[in-house]
Amino acid sequence: MSEQLTPLHGNHACALGAIAAGCRFFGGYPITPSSEIAERMSRELPKVGGVFIQMEDEIASMAAIIGASMGGTRSMTATSGPGFSLMQENLGYAAIAEVPCVIINVMRGGPSTGMPTRPAQGDILQARWGTHGDHPIIVLTPASVQEVYDETIRAFELAEKLRVPVVVMYDQIIAHLLEGVKMRDADAPLVERKWAGSEADYKPFATGDDLVPAMARPGDGHRVHTTGLTHNEAGFPTQHPETVDRVTRRLLDKLDRHRAEIEKFEAVDTDDADILVVTFGISARAARRAVRIARAEGIKAGLFRPLTMWPFPEEALRAAAKGAKAVLVPEMNAGQLSWQLERVLRDGTPIVSQGKIDGQPITPDEIVARLREIRGS
Amino acid sequence: MNEVATVAGAETGPFEIRDYLRLELMPHFMCPGCGHGIALRALLWAVHELGIEKDKLAVVSGIGCSGRVGAYIDANTFHTTHGRPLAFATGLKLARPDLTVVVISGDGDSLAIGGNHLIHACRRNLDMTLLMLNNEVYGMTGGQVSPTTSEHRLTTTTPTGNVEPVFDACRLAAASGASFVGREVTLQAPALKNLVKKAIAHNGFSFVEVMSDCTEIYGRKNDLGESPEMILSQKADMRPEAFGNVADQPFRPHRLATGVFAELDRPEYGAVYRAQPAFRKG
Ligand SMILES: Cc1ncc(C[n+]2csc(CCOP(=O)(O)OP(=O)(O)O)c2C)c(N)n1
Ligand code: SF4
Ligand SMILES: [Mg+2]
Repeated sequence: MSEQLTPLHGNHACALGAIAAGCRFFGGYPITPSSEIAERMSRELPKVGGVFIQMEDEIASMAAIIGASMGGTRSMTATSGPGFSLMQENLGYAAIAEVPCVIINVMRGGPSTGMPTRPAQGDILQARWGTHGDHPIIVLTPASVQEVYDETIRAFELAEKLRVPVVVMYDQIIAHLLEGVKMRDADAPLVERKWAGSEADYKPFATGDDLVPAMARPGDGHRVHTTGLTHNEAGFPTQHPETVDRVTRRLLDKLDRHRAEIEKFEAVDTDDADILVVTFGISARAARRAVRIARAEGIKAGLFRPLTMWPFPEEALRAAAKGAKAVLVPEMNAGQLSWQLERVLRDGTPIVSQGKIDGQPITPDEIVARLREIRGS
Repeated sequence: MNEVATVAGAETGPFEIRDYLRLELMPHFMCPGCGHGIALRALLWAVHELGIEKDKLAVVSGIGCSGRVGAYIDANTFHTTHGRPLAFATGLKLARPDLTVVVISGDGDSLAIGGNHLIHACRRNLDMTLLMLNNEVYGMTGGQVSPTTSEHRLTTTTPTGNVEPVFDACRLAAASGASFVGREVTLQAPALKNLVKKAIAHNGFSFVEVMSDCTEIYGRKNDLGESPEMILSQKADMRPEAFGNVADQPFRPHRLATGVFAELDRPEYGAVYRAQPAFRKG
């Protein structure tokens, strides 16, 4: 075991995390501030017998990684806002066809071309609901370079195990931050996809209690049909109302069944907190310091930070917010997380949104100032 | 022939289409007389004569009546999104060079929404075959104009006749670098089968334009007759007198050339990628 730390930029940590997780296919299209991931993957993948391809756009990138994954290879793409928007239709395909894949979205200012080189956190609702229709999706929000490395690995593990697309989102600052990373041992075991055996009565979308169907690898003899049309357990299109209801509910229940292993969060000083700060990613780093400063001033502040944004760790948040007289939500958007908290808490606790949309990161001082205001009121 | 998995040493014997279909899905969705069925048969016939194992055949299709055809094939079938089957197939083939990859798409799927993917697939020259079933119309969505709808034709979105010029898809594919380019009509099923065989056996990106017909919607709207008349008029000089004067109302006013237009020995993308010095076999 190496206890050594390797200095890495966030985007390079992401690429090396993917390689460590067994990623052997990358399809992408350059976009600031994510391009270093593609550049690093183009160098690393050939060394491990994997394939890198720069596709003609992000629609094609998303399609290509799904194609590679359907062939049995762990696959990933990386992008930023405009490209993430273009990926949405095929992201829905991955959700309904249950194709494991990992999408990195390095957030920048939006909408549209917005501010390519400035950080933002404005894609969290798009990541949940960007593609049309009810669908399962997992979204992870690391806050440090180490976490980018670890959560990228976890993204592959969840994607493979649960046959679901997993999005990892961080912002331009973490992407280009240089921090020490403890790397995973080269021989660490990989999480394997649930593969179909040689059973004669195999049905590609039938499941047991875990609600995850076993996947047939092309060439292994099952000759499966995969489609983005709503399909029955045999994999073929159906509009039979009871079947449609059954298969769609199973698809949505799949993540609920595995919530315990998907959810991840950090709670700091929440037990006796009068004011709970809830935020994620880069803003949570400022919040952690703000909570410390506030405590030194006698303000009982605490921090709750979801590392899994979707499905949202609802129970954990409610537990952390118990006893709090107010909740403060600093985030680099106009209030997307705070809107979500109104749904989850719904107990009358005042929720104060501190949305910042000027392309500048939120500072600890700004958060402390709001904490003082809230205490004063 | 390259990278085509064949039944070792076996003589393929007479072609029986039932051996290659998912019979449990019958009856199929196609309208009587739809040319897409002939294209499907030609593909399966070619697969049979090439001796490709069904387990090693991957059929990737887009969205449209053309895209729905793939599901009937007893192979690894992937019905993807509108316009994107080539991009899905690119990932699949790069991950699994051992599979024979055939893409089935329509004129709208390949030339309108998927036009960008088409030209780049031609340029890259990854070893796969695209069958573009050209019926001059958006069949699945009820008969709207497509990039190959002939001038003056009526569609549901050109109520007074189409005023847009058409794409010559074969010239587009050849100019974009496809190393195999051919066109055939459904009238001549054995010739179509032979073209598809050549295309699949070709090592590189193969583009095959199949002149299909949408009898039910496009044919009816433009008074082009029943299926036999439409199919026969694909080759004007082969249309017998019994079907009337082709000059009045031929399905395709300008007779399109058929056959092989390009057959080049260009480096195949997957092989080139894997030949780079940095590449280690995983
Ligand atoms: C993104 C998207 N846009 C539009 C559609 C609707 N749509 C389905 S098939 C089709 C056109 C199909 O035409 P073509 O590719 O020529 O196939 P054909 O049905 O004629 O075989 C369209 C526009 C869709 N499914 N997805
Ligand atoms: S609508 Fe046209 S293209 Fe579609 S199945 Fe019917 S005849 Fe064929
Ligand atoms: Mg068409």
